[in-house]
Amino acid sequence: MSTESLSIFSPQLAARFDALVEKYPLRRSALIPMLLYAQDEIGYLSDAVMEEVAERIGITTLDVRNVASYYSMLRFKPVGKYNVQVCTNISCMLRGAYDIFEHLQDRLGIGHKGVTADGVFSLEEVECIGVCCWAPALQVNYDFHDDLTNEKVDDVLASYRAKARSEQAEGGSAHA
Amino acid sequence: MPRLVSHPDEVKIVTRRFGMGAAEIDRYIELGGYESAKKCLEQGPEFIINEMKASGLRGRGGAGFPTGLKWSFVPKQSTKPKYVLVNGDESEPGTCKDHLIFLHDPHAVIEGTVIAGLAIGAKTGFIYLRGEYRYLIEIVEKAVADAYAKGFLGKNIFGSETEFQVIVQTGAGAYEVGEESALMESLEGKRGVPRIKPPFPAVVGLYGGPTVINNAETIATVPHIFAMGGAAYAAVGSERNGGTRLFGISGHVERPGVYELPMGYNLKKMIYEVAGGVRGGRQLKAVVPGGSSTPVLLPSEIDLGMDFDQVGKAGSMLGSGGVVVIDDQTCIVEFALRTISFYAHESCGWCIPCREGTDWLKKSLTRFHAGFGTMKDIDNIQYLAENMMGRTFCPLGDAAAMPTIGFVKKFRKEFEDHLNGKPCPFAKHVEVALV
Amino acid sequence: MPDVTFTVDGKKLTAPAGTLLIDACRKAGIEIPAFCYYPGLSLQAACRMCVVRQEKVPKLQTACTTQVGEGQVFVTESAEIAQARKATIELLLGNHPLDCPVCDAGGECELQDMTFKYGAGESLYVEAKQHREEQKWSPAVYFDRPRCILCYRCVRMCGEGMDVWALGIQSRGASATIAPNGGDHLDCEQCGMCIDACPVGALTSDTYRYKTRPWEMNHVATVCTHCGDGCKVTLGIRQADNGTDIVRADNRDKSGINGDFLCAKGRFGFDFVESPDRLTKPLIRNAAGTLEPATWEQAIRHVASKLKEVRAAGRAIGVIGSNTTTNEENYLLQKFARTVLGTNNIDHVRSTDYPGFAAAMAGHDHRAASLRDTQTAKAILLIGGNPTEEHPLLAWNLRTNFRLNQARLYIATDSPIKLERQALMSLQLPVSLESGGYESLSDFLGGDDNALDFGAMDDVIESRPTQTDTVPTELTHAKTFREAVLAEDSLIVIFGEEFRGAAIQKLVAWGLGKENVKFAYLGDYVNSRGAADMGLLPDLLPGYVPVSEPGAFGEEYANLSKQPGLDAVQMLDAAGRGELGALYVVGADPIASYGVDPAAFENTFVIVQDIFLTETAALADVVLPSASLYEKTGTVTNSYGDVQLVKKAADKAGVKTDFEILVRVAGGMGIDIKKLVPFGTTGKGGVTADMGQSRGAQSGEADRHAVWLTANNLEPRLSPFDPLAVLDEIQRLLPAYQLDRLNLFGGNDVPSQPGFVPVSDLLAQAAHQDVVLPAHDGLFTSGTLGAHTVALTEIRQYQHSVSDAVVAETAAD
Repeated sequence: MSTESLSIFSPQLAARFDALVEKYPLRRSALIPMLLYAQDEIGYLSDAVMEEVAERIGITTLDVRNVASYYSMLRFKPVGKYNVQVCTNISCMLRGAYDIFEHLQDRLGIGHKGVTADGVFSLEEVECIGVCCWAPALQVNYDFHDDLTNEKVDDVLASYRAKARSEQAEGGSAHA
Repeated sequence: MPRLVSHPDEVKIVTRRFGMGAAEIDRYIELGGYESAKKCLEQGPEFIINEMKASGLRGRGGAGFPTGLKWSFVPKQSTKPKYVLVNGDESEPGTCKDHLIFLHDPHAVIEGTVIAGLAIGAKTGFIYLRGEYRYLIEIVEKAVADAYAKGFLGKNIFGSETEFQVIVQTGAGAYEVGEESALMESLEGKRGVPRIKPPFPAVVGLYGGPTVINNAETIATVPHIFAMGGAAYAAVGSERNGGTRLFGISGHVERPGVYELPMGYNLKKMIYEVAGGVRGGRQLKAVVPGGSSTPVLLPSEIDLGMDFDQVGKAGSMLGSGGVVVIDDQTCIVEFALRTISFYAHESCGWCIPCREGTDWLKKSLTRFHAGFGTMKDIDNIQYLAENMMGRTFCPLGDAAAMPTIGFVKKFRKEFEDHLNGKPCPFAKHVEVALV
Repeated sequence: MPDVTFTVDGKKLTAPAGTLLIDACRKAGIEIPAFCYYPGLSLQAACRMCVVRQEKVPKLQTACTTQVGEGQVFVTESAEIAQARKATIELLLGNHPLDCPVCDAGGECELQDMTFKYGAGESLYVEAKQHREEQKWSPAVYFDRPRCILCYRCVRMCGEGMDVWALGIQSRGASATIAPNGGDHLDCEQCGMCIDACPVGALTSDTYRYKTRPWEMNHVATVCTHCGDGCKVTLGIRQADNGTDIVRADNRDKSGINGDFLCAKGRFGFDFVESPDRLTKPLIRNAAGTLEPATWEQAIRHVASKLKEVRAAGRAIGVIGSNTTTNEENYLLQKFARTVLGTNNIDHVRSTDYPGFAAAMAGHDHRAASLRDTQTAKAILLIGGNPTEEHPLLAWNLRTNFRLNQARLYIATDSPIKLERQALMSLQLPVSLESGGYESLSDFLGGDDNALDFGAMDDVIESRPTQTDTVPTELTHAKTFREAVLAEDSLIVIFGEEFRGAAIQKLVAWGLGKENVKFAYLGDYVNSRGAADMGLLPDLLPGYVPVSEPGAFGEEYANLSKQPGLDAVQMLDAAGRGELGALYVVGADPIASYGVDPAAFENTFVIVQDIFLTETAALADVVLPSASLYEKTGTVTNSYGDVQLVKKAADKAGVKTDFEILVRVAGGMGIDIKKLVPFGTTGKGGVTADMGQSRGAQSGEADRHAVWLTANNLEPRLSPFDPLAVLDEIQRLLPAYQLDRLNLFGGNDVPSQPGFVPVSDLLAQAAHQDVVLPAHDGLFTSGTLGAHTVALTEIRQYQHSVSDAVVAETAAD
């Protein structure tokens, strides 16, 4: 990837990738971080994302797809601006995670892997996120929210909704 | 923000600096940080490995392999570069100890990595964190940058002629990458499928070079061992189980949390005294002693010391130290289903017994839990799990099979109670059966 | 590695330390089941079928990853092991569609066989199976996902074996699946190796899907008709209304010279035999000037009388033979020309200069490399050509040899080729095909630093590192290349039509100057080498014996002229001048090949034997429909001199083999056939068959008796149409064709021994460069045959559309 103008990524991310591929003994060690960071910016791994990543690393798009499809955090379809990931694994389940998940389904009007009509939220039931001792817990994008109750969940949703609204008022999302 | 807990029985070694702002490098130094690394740099590899052996430290990832011995397996001479790899892919359900380490004491991990590097003669260390821990990755990355700025990392660490680089790497969602060779694959930008062993990582590991790979807790413990002396550390624990362990107690207890207790600490005491007993005054039904892959213990089996050997003798495993407490209002079939669903989701799919076995266990248990099971299913589930045991490409198959066998054997009555169209006596959340 | 002794199932075995247990056992006749293990490909340990018990080891071990060591003790069959394997199969069958009754692989499926063996006969699950629609990945490859057991053989075969890397593994756990590189389609070399490697019916070919059941076919192992490598191909044959149909071509038992390999042409390119364009009736040009169907009798009589007429009139007759007919047919054709027609005007459309090669190699035994040598050679120098496209088996061998034996491959070509990925060093030569400048490489290898003119490579130099001093980087690199090649203890030099005549002489002379250098000279068609070896040449008899000094042939061949005849180009020129009375063309299309004006043949009686109405056939006076290589018996010789048996597989009503046609024409001309074909028990050259009288052949001994007859050269030759009678004569007269008959008739490749007869006056004759017409057929073209093969045509169109799509995408960016 010689010139930034050809990249589908922001100049900042493109520059970060330029450095990242040089960081390891092997270029392709940068693959998984790149996919994750690309997803953070673009929202999901589109064909174009995977093609550019493949080219940057010097492997085939098939190879990128093979790897990307292995990791559960990587996705191939867009999700909501705030992706609500509810852990329902054992420690959370014992402390009411399914109630929380049900509550979220009611509140958002969507099910597992659903996206709200306004595109603000998406919902996902996920495996253990490593906060077992503070269960039940969820992650909104990368933010953890633990020791949940239905009321706390409502607060969490409200805070992100407000954030989305204020950003919209500012005339666009942070990375538009 | 994860809540910190405390109990008088705790012996705070690894957690000594938790809650003290030690993620800031100056504060870490103020609290005695990086002294162990300096000492190790002066004393050399032989000293390090001897001291590690003396400490009796055994791998905190779950298998419990003696750390000093592991380090000593790395060949002194190697044409390929050697590497230290820190496994922070903490993903075993019931386990969240590394979460706190990265949050409160990231420099301990960095310092431990440097010491491991000095022990084996590596110039590069990788700290691999699961992708979900993005905020912790940022904390560790900052800590690494600070350590570079101080000259603790880089071409000439602590002003010496010795080089050591640290690279922080993110995962992207895969329990299987917690397996050491799968982690190496992932770090090389591939699917997280384990490698054929032998060769073992100590001989052929990351990028084909000799590699030491340790759990984050193990590595975070290392600087403390050199601060207090290996023998002193060993003295804290039980026989052949040196030191302390970060036990994450979760589930139906009054005070869930991560407690640092000496190895061999009594499990019953841990639940009833340290964690405040079963929540809401209910009765204890079962305990999963070391993360979701370890076979369940009955209340009658929990009067035992929590170390690798004693839990093993009781028919389970110390595992990752994640103690999951289950009360009497819990459906064991549902619990078993949730456990196996996890392993089915996380199976890498490489080998037949694990890929198909976890999938069929999940399907069978789903139907069973929904009330469409038959008596034959119970035997079938056990048969399936028993035929996965020891037959899979990596330990994930065992991790799925072991608890399943435990649940069926120890709670067969409860499985039978689900028969003949009877709804689950406990659960509210019954997934739609596939039939 | 030193040998170690270990015990398997109570038997003491010995193998080199480090041998994989599964290989050691298979060699000792102990079969260990496996899905994912495939010899030569990387280890997976994924299917867990090969589990065995090793003494003192707690868990069952996989035999595919266990290396044997001294004193180890293994058990490979026990109740415990059988249960482990059964359980694994039960799991596989859980989601397997069990559509064996319609599955292509039914009857030759490894999953079926193992289920049968380990008895996983009970269904343990009541859950619905996951159904997925079959996917068409290309005109060659279909994927039936539910049947897939994820053994990853296809992925490795495509990547490691073919170096194409078009297949991957996507998703994980029970969702894991094999996926093609195009998302929903394959962008690859369409070799079909993935299908071949698949142990079940997950990957199937368009040419075979749902056509038949394996047990309804007869399987005939023969030689692929498409290129000069000569892969063994097994044709699946089924009865049809007008003969027998070929319903499948594959590499069924992997017993041939090609080992595991077969390319797209071998696998999919067989439907030309059923082409509606096939000639099935003789045609005679009528008074109105159009070709009109006739009976064989009419046609043969017409040809015979015309030939006699022209011969009697003393007018010249020319004969042009084929690169795709058998050695026996070629031998017979030249013998017919020389002894019946009385002319040395015989040639074939030469794809390369084998006479030149023969001249260069004259008198040097054991300097010719067989194709098998390329599998094991420590070092290979490949000059020119592009084996990946034009000699797929050679390319496979070079890749495999590199992968498994770290063979050192040196490549010198005028443009980059794919095999450079396996090359230790490659040298881009400053020549073009037009300039014939490959010759200068011989000088350079011989020590002339100025031989290579890198100045002609300005455009290339730009992309290279800058020059450090006055010596061009290219020259420095070329010298390093030369040093490395010269330092090799042994070497195979592989080259092709870029070298002709004197150029061959020079290169071979350089190599002969070194010890342990062998040569392989590449031709294009299945029997290009055989055509030359059998004397389809105006100046050379079979075995490259000059007509001027015919030796034994002088006695054997009545009326043999010592005057060299006209070559193909000269014959066509003669026709143009009205000096050629008749032209007899067998399996060639000289008008298309040499671009001749059809009007040139106004005064020439033209006879064409072919399977299609070629441009030449279209203006012939008589057209005789002949059998394809898949419809006849005989031998062919590949580019490397390896001789293999061609067996009659299919049958087409109305056609005759070229052999039979020739014999009938000769008979029609009133020739004593026994002088042409040594059959029967009397007459010179005939063979006396011991039909078992001396040994009292009894019922049940027939096969052993046949072996004995073969071993003693006593097969009965009772028919004038038995081509093997001619093979007897070839063996009798050609020192190079002293073949190991047992192996040959057993279906193995046997090297001819080209201690070529010295051919002193050859060079003067071979100066005629334009007589050589290289075909340069690629992976999906095969001259006239390829054009009439629907499967290959579809693949060609598909490949075109895939590459178009890539161009379009790039443009859109």
